[in-house]
Amino acid sequence: MHPTRGETPAAAPLPARRLRTVPAPTHGPGALAGRLAAGAVCLALVLPLAAILWRAATEDQGEPLFRLGPADLAALRFTLWQALLSALISTLLAVPVARALARRRFPGRGFVITLMGAPFLLPVIVAVLALLAVFGRGGLVNEGFTALGLPTLRIYGLHGVVLAHVFFNLPLAVRLILQGWQAIPAERFRLAAQLGLRPSAVFRLLEAPMLRATLPGTALVIFAICLSSFAVALTLGGGPAATTVELAIYQSFQFDFDLTRAATLAVIQLALVAGAALISLRIGRPAGFGSGLDRPVTRWDAGSLPLRLIDGAAIALAAGFLLVPLAVIVLNGIGGLTRLPASLWPATLNSLLVSLAATATTMALALAMALARRTWVETAGLLPLAVSSLVLGTGLFLLVLPLAAPATLALPITVLVNTLMALPFALRILAPVAARIEAEHGRLADHLGLTGLARLRLLTLPRLRPALGFAAGLTAALAMGDLGVIALFADPQQATLPLQMYRLMGAYQMQAAQGAALVLLALSFGLFWIFDRWGRAGAHA
Amino acid sequence: MRHLAIAAGLLMATQAAAQTPELTVYTYDSLATEWGPGPVIEAEFEKTCGCDVTFVTAGDGAALLSRLRLEGARTEADVVLGLDTALMGAAAESGLFAPSGVTADYSLPIDWTDETFVPFDWGYFAFVGLTDGPQPTSFRALADSDASIVIEDPRSSTPGLGLLLWVKQAYGDEAPAIWEALADNIVTVTPGWSEAYGLFLEGEADLVMSYTTSPAYHLIAEDDATKTALAFDEGNYMQVEVAAALASTDQPELAQQFLQFLTGEAVQSAIPTTNWMYPAVTPAAGLPEGYETLTVPATPLLMPVAEAQAARDAALEEWRAALAQ
Repeated sequence: MHPTRGETPAAAPLPARRLRTVPAPTHGPGALAGRLAAGAVCLALVLPLAAILWRAATEDQGEPLFRLGPADLAALRFTLWQALLSALISTLLAVPVARALARRRFPGRGFVITLMGAPFLLPVIVAVLALLAVFGRGGLVNEGFTALGLPTLRIYGLHGVVLAHVFFNLPLAVRLILQGWQAIPAERFRLAAQLGLRPSAVFRLLEAPMLRATLPGTALVIFAICLSSFAVALTLGGGPAATTVELAIYQSFQFDFDLTRAATLAVIQLALVAGAALISLRIGRPAGFGSGLDRPVTRWDAGSLPLRLIDGAAIALAAGFLLVPLAVIVLNGIGGLTRLPASLWPATLNSLLVSLAATATTMALALAMALARRTWVETAGLLPLAVSSLVLGTGLFLLVLPLAAPATLALPITVLVNTLMALPFALRILAPVAARIEAEHGRLADHLGLTGLARLRLLTLPRLRPALGFAAGLTAALAMGDLGVIALFADPQQATLPLQMYRLMGAYQMQAAQGAALVLLALSFGLFWIFDRWGRAGAHA
Repeated sequence: MRHLAIAAGLLMATQAAAQTPELTVYTYDSLATEWGPGPVIEAEFEKTCGCDVTFVTAGDGAALLSRLRLEGARTEADVVLGLDTALMGAAAESGLFAPSGVTADYSLPIDWTDETFVPFDWGYFAFVGLTDGPQPTSFRALADSDASIVIEDPRSSTPGLGLLLWVKQAYGDEAPAIWEALADNIVTVTPGWSEAYGLFLEGEADLVMSYTTSPAYHLIAEDDATKTALAFDEGNYMQVEVAAALASTDQPELAQQFLQFLTGEAVQSAIPTTNWMYPAVTPAAGLPEGYETLTVPATPLLMPVAEAQAARDAALEEWRAALAQ
């Protein structure tokens, strides 16, 4: 027996139970496209690694096999530990915020939700400097403490690393979990209210199963991002104790020129993320609530004053935590706007082109892979998170070298790398929704003989639209702000906006760099806003 | 019509390019930006060489050498511009570079005898702080003081590696003890110079590991005289930035001509206010106004190249062990 589909959703029995897992399509162009996409992604990750290993073999560096030393093991331990803490804390803190946003309607709610994307989009150095303006030695928090006669707080250390990672990833976690909340049909909450269920029962019967389905995937993405952290971990970690695997890779390339070591470390990173992905996809089975009419949710269970206060506080705290550093970036940047060099604008145009191209390719891949609904396809889609962009860039560089001057391919390769880097996020956003659509409506569509493009057009895409908009927005903004591999390939005439910003910093022009950071923030946020709005405009039936 | 015009223009440009020899110069990123000396170097050299200079960039000196090693003999580079004394050992071992044949009357504080690498600018590493801030005069005094410092990681940045060798040369076997004593002064270690300098300007630390020439930028470009660099009693470690011709170049004469040109007036007079370093050969007009205010350390320190190359790995391990607690 499964919950009723179709026209009488409110009659579905409570408690909502897990739907049996609907088998993935084993035939048809949809499944094939997804598998081809996953294969292409794997190839795009493996070939560069293989190229580095092959080059290492021809380099004749003595020891063919690399053994991990004590320093590498320490780096591995620290990397895992900080990534785990960052993922758990970001995810747990995101739950009350997402719940508050899910069950409250207030003016500016749409803006707050959009804003939730912003920190995620910032270049590392910009975010770190903004965080330091708030939490650093002379930051706002310490000024407040000093004024109150309290001892000052020191941000550098593991807690600083985690704070920064939470700042980066809390918004993403909130959005992913919010998406889970919004997937619970309004009719379930209505029925719960008719039955007079208390908030605790609503949580147990409706919200807990949803969280179980959503949290592991959310934590996994954040874990994987933090696994390849480098500049944040080192800068805020306070010293070499905060060495991550990514820094060890960097060191292998630039300091030791030990390609074997770099490739070995890259493989370890990859294995860690693949392992974590398998675990989390296993825990995070989809919750089944049956389908509803996609009506706006009214939450009769959440009307009490204490709950309102809790939700209000969650939203205010999260918004404050994210907004104050962003405000610092805006205020610092305004002064630098007049100092921006003319060369910034061609770089900006390059970044826009890269961003839009990467969005198109990422969305095509992510859609195909989400619709294939297979664990290995999904795992493949998460792997790019684990590959250091330095490894990817160097590998691609080696692959391109015999064919063309690398600089001539700088922008296409940047698009490729950004596509790979954004794919895990897009897939994480699309896959659960695609699975739900199939679980809820797949059978009816099968009965109706709705297949192929017609099914995509009539059933899947309209219901996927909010997720598509969010995923496209995130991809566009990520590709806009990513420094990635462009630095390995670009010549002086071929910069992107983030690269140009770093160049300004390197030339002592900190003020102009802050202006460039503001332009970057505005453009990434603008792109994110446009796509996300487009998605959410179609959210209400 | 417009497309036709563009196509014709491209065609003409290609034909012109086919007739003039091309000199491909690999350099680090900030050197080739519009604020760096790159544009002057390109324009001035093209005036006389009858060639076309193309810059190809990598992040910094270390990235530049890695890239050349990745490319090996297949590289298109004719000249590399922007390695430094800390990288010269590895660069020489790679066998990628050819003797320069350049002679010049260098104004370096040390004798320059290397026949492959041509110095084009140099500077002293130093801690930079505010004129009204703490100004310790040695590593020991710094370690004993409350002054906070932000430094760069030797594994990922040139000044970081410079600091590592500086402490090693000044203190030898005592270097680990110095690092342990400095540990509580170090606010944090950043991946690169930009991050460290940014943190310092934000007020996160009293002092930052940089160059004695850093205050010149603030003074000359921003009219800000509040920054100062510290001379240490032990001496200050030097960085000499060098250029070299690739052994695999198909333009050996042009490459040599370019290296010689680097030590000439046109480039050397541009260095102080574009790369913010001392010129390797003092230009006829002397140093620009403002440079006379800079701190000049009494003792220049620089490990011989082979010694630096040999000491590097052990010094790094000492650094890591002392600071990783």
